Amino acid sequence: MSNSINNIHGDKVRDFTLSVLTEDRAGLLNQITIIFTRRKINIDSLNVSTTEVPGVSRFTIVIQSVSKDQVEKVVKQIRKLVDVLGAFVYEDDDVYYQEIALYKVPTDVFLNGNKIETLVRNSGARILVIEKDHIIIEKTGHKSDTHDLYDKLMPHGLLEFVRSGRIAVSKSKRKTEAFIQQLEEAKSNRLSIKDF
Amino acid sequence: MSSTSSLEVEKKKSPASERVTGSEAVLKCLLEENVEVIFGYPGGAIMPIYDALYSYTDKLNHILTRHEQGAVHAAQGFARVTGKTGVCFATSGPGATNLITGIADAQIDSTPLVCITGQVFSHLLGTDAFQETDVVGISMPVTKWNYQVTRPEEIPYAIAKGFYIANSGRPGPVLIDITKDAQLKEFDYSYEKCEKIRSYHPYPILDEKSISDAADLINKAQKPLMLVGQGVLIAEAQKELIAFAEKAGIPMASTLMGLSAVPNNHPLYVGYLGMHGNYGPNVKTNECDVLIAVGMRFDDRVTGNLDKYAKQAKVIHIEIDPAEIDKNVKADVAVNADAKEALQSLIKVTKENQHKSWLKEFRDCDEIEFEKIIKTATNPTSGGILMTEVMKKISDKTKGKAILVTDVGQHQMVASRYYAFDDTKSNVTSGGLGTMGFCLPAAMGAKMGQPEKQVIAVIGDGGFQMTIQELGTIFQSQIGVKILILNNNFLGMVRQWQELFHDKRYSFTELTNPNFQLISQGYGIPSQKIEERADLDAALDQWLNSDGPQLLEVVVEKEENVFPMVPAGASVSDIRLG
Ligand SMILES: Cc1ncc(C[n+]2csc(CCOP(=O)(O)OP(=O)(O)O)c2C)c(N)n1
Repeated sequence: MSNSINNIHGDKVRDFTLSVLTEDRAGLLNQITIIFTRRKINIDSLNVSTTEVPGVSRFTIVIQSVSKDQVEKVVKQIRKLVDVLGAFVYEDDDVYYQEIALYKVPTDVFLNGNKIETLVRNSGARILVIEKDHIIIEKTGHKSDTHDLYDKLMPHGLLEFVRSGRIAVSKSKRKTEAFIQQLEEAKSNRLSIKDF
Repeated sequence: MSSTSSLEVEKKKSPASERVTGSEAVLKCLLEENVEVIFGYPGGAIMPIYDALYSYTDKLNHILTRHEQGAVHAAQGFARVTGKTGVCFATSGPGATNLITGIADAQIDSTPLVCITGQVFSHLLGTDAFQETDVVGISMPVTKWNYQVTRPEEIPYAIAKGFYIANSGRPGPVLIDITKDAQLKEFDYSYEKCEKIRSYHPYPILDEKSISDAADLINKAQKPLMLVGQGVLIAEAQKELIAFAEKAGIPMASTLMGLSAVPNNHPLYVGYLGMHGNYGPNVKTNECDVLIAVGMRFDDRVTGNLDKYAKQAKVIHIEIDPAEIDKNVKADVAVNADAKEALQSLIKVTKENQHKSWLKEFRDCDEIEFEKIIKTATNPTSGGILMTEVMKKISDKTKGKAILVTDVGQHQMVASRYYAFDDTKSNVTSGGLGTMGFCLPAAMGAKMGQPEKQVIAVIGDGGFQMTIQELGTIFQSQIGVKILILNNNFLGMVRQWQELFHDKRYSFTELTNPNFQLISQGYGIPSQKIEERADLDAALDQWLNSDGPQLLEVVVEKEENVFPMVPAGASVSDIRLG
């Protein structure tokens, strides 16, 4: 959903995905989010997960409608945090990304003809659980995709809906492990900013 | 995220370990870090550390302040004049929260501190126990790093890491919160200094290309101007800076925090920047062709309106903190490096040059400023005593060799303008945060850090009463600071704004002051008060030459304004001379 609108300063604003590699430490979530709060930037979604490197966590943060200039300043502040290993900024074209959504619908809507079943099948969703009184549908995709299904299910009585934060991997060939290695091998306590 | 709440304790088997309590370990760690002075205040949650301290008083000099804010500002003053890390102790809850103002001040002014706070027992964390406060959470936005210790085994590593972080790269405050059980328990202690953290790289590698790009601009410049910030003092790059300026013939102006990096009598020194700075460097910022900023961050008090700031100039920004580059002013050439290293490289590739007629333009401005402002400000013949004449006299009498510690307000701006610094690292003030009450305790810390030097504390009657209790510390520990109260019976700086921008509506800025001499007497500190110009010289001489602490109150003109002034939101070239 690359939007191209301008903010009050006339700067082009759009969505960015930040990928932040950190030491696995309590309190970091707070340290990272206050950087956004202080600048009144809304976090659209945030996901924390382990990485393929033990002891290293990845925060995937989506922020909407900010300018490139704003996001760069924020990322520099994030990099400044002592326990942050690296922070990368991506636009939608630079990453493969997905979100997952779960939809709870009453079981009886499936009993009234197979309209819903077709709908689920055609939208590439799957049925996760069938219970006596409700069915859980799962769909993975971009926000627009999961939102589409949301719109379609809504008229049939959606009992509950939840969507995860975005997770993303970059299209570049960089490996997390190689990056961490580079940090560890950096001559004593020096690093060139270009390495980020 | 995993629930690991503790540092991985270094597994490396270090030399010899001995069995001690967490509390004793804290003190041993401080000794390993060559700490000599601690400023602090005890309380329940830090009592085990104070108990251990009882046996360490021959090795560690603890100064008992009268308030935790006093302790943290004192640690700041100590750090600023020595370059060493300032250390303070406080208890949990109110003790810890009382540190916050000073920690925020240290963060914005890049001052290395390690603050150690006691915390309730770890099993009580999160239960609203007596004097429990989430100081790690509260201090997060204003510390460079903070950490809560709940096991004694974490103490050596946390302290080693804390000292390393506080005083490397761009310095800043660190807070280490230690639960009472971690202080009480015994463990196998050993210490290893921290020299590297894989997620923290405080010293960028200098990019030689940026140096040659900078040199290209500098070598072609007709009207270069250099802005000197505190980064020069922190990097101890004063010599390199001056050598570079002399070689390339570049005028140097200083920010408030950069004052004393260049002796004011240097032929290329052109004055002080910003809202109440000198006329020349402010207006010439908008006329120079190349602006070389060294270790400064283009604070709004320096730049005025950013949209009208140095738009004509190519900007070279030498700065160690990448987050400062392009933050306020876009750099044409960014040199992300330690100032000393960058200047060492830069000097090799810059051509010898002189810019005599350009420099003369600054001197012409100086003359205008002298005629319009300085002449009468420093040599009035009638009316009440002026802050400006007092500061000029102190500057002359000390030959600019004393350490000048200032509070916040008109007197701060006047002192910064009229004191001609001639000794490096001799300016201690609260720049970024503008913390009233900073001066008195910071002056104590400065004196502890440089006991051989004269330390002068210049304070307004308002700010003095924000940390006046530290007179008790000065008395008890006989700290020989010279305290000057420039008493205008007003919160002068606010009054000035009310006069200029709020139709003289003096809303709650007039003070009914106590008898400062009587207070001083109560604390056993000798004092004088003068109200007549004729008495000024003798009083200053006596005060400066006295032994030990002494207070001098000078009653000054009530409604004096500080000029020049760049009104908030105006361009630096619209600086007002009156
Ligand atoms: C803790 C704090 N509170 C309020 C202010 C706002 N403030 C800035 S200058 C000033 C007046 C200072 O008055 P005084 O200490 O008498 O010094 P003067 O300006 O008269 O020299 C005030 C209230 C501040 N800087 N710090």
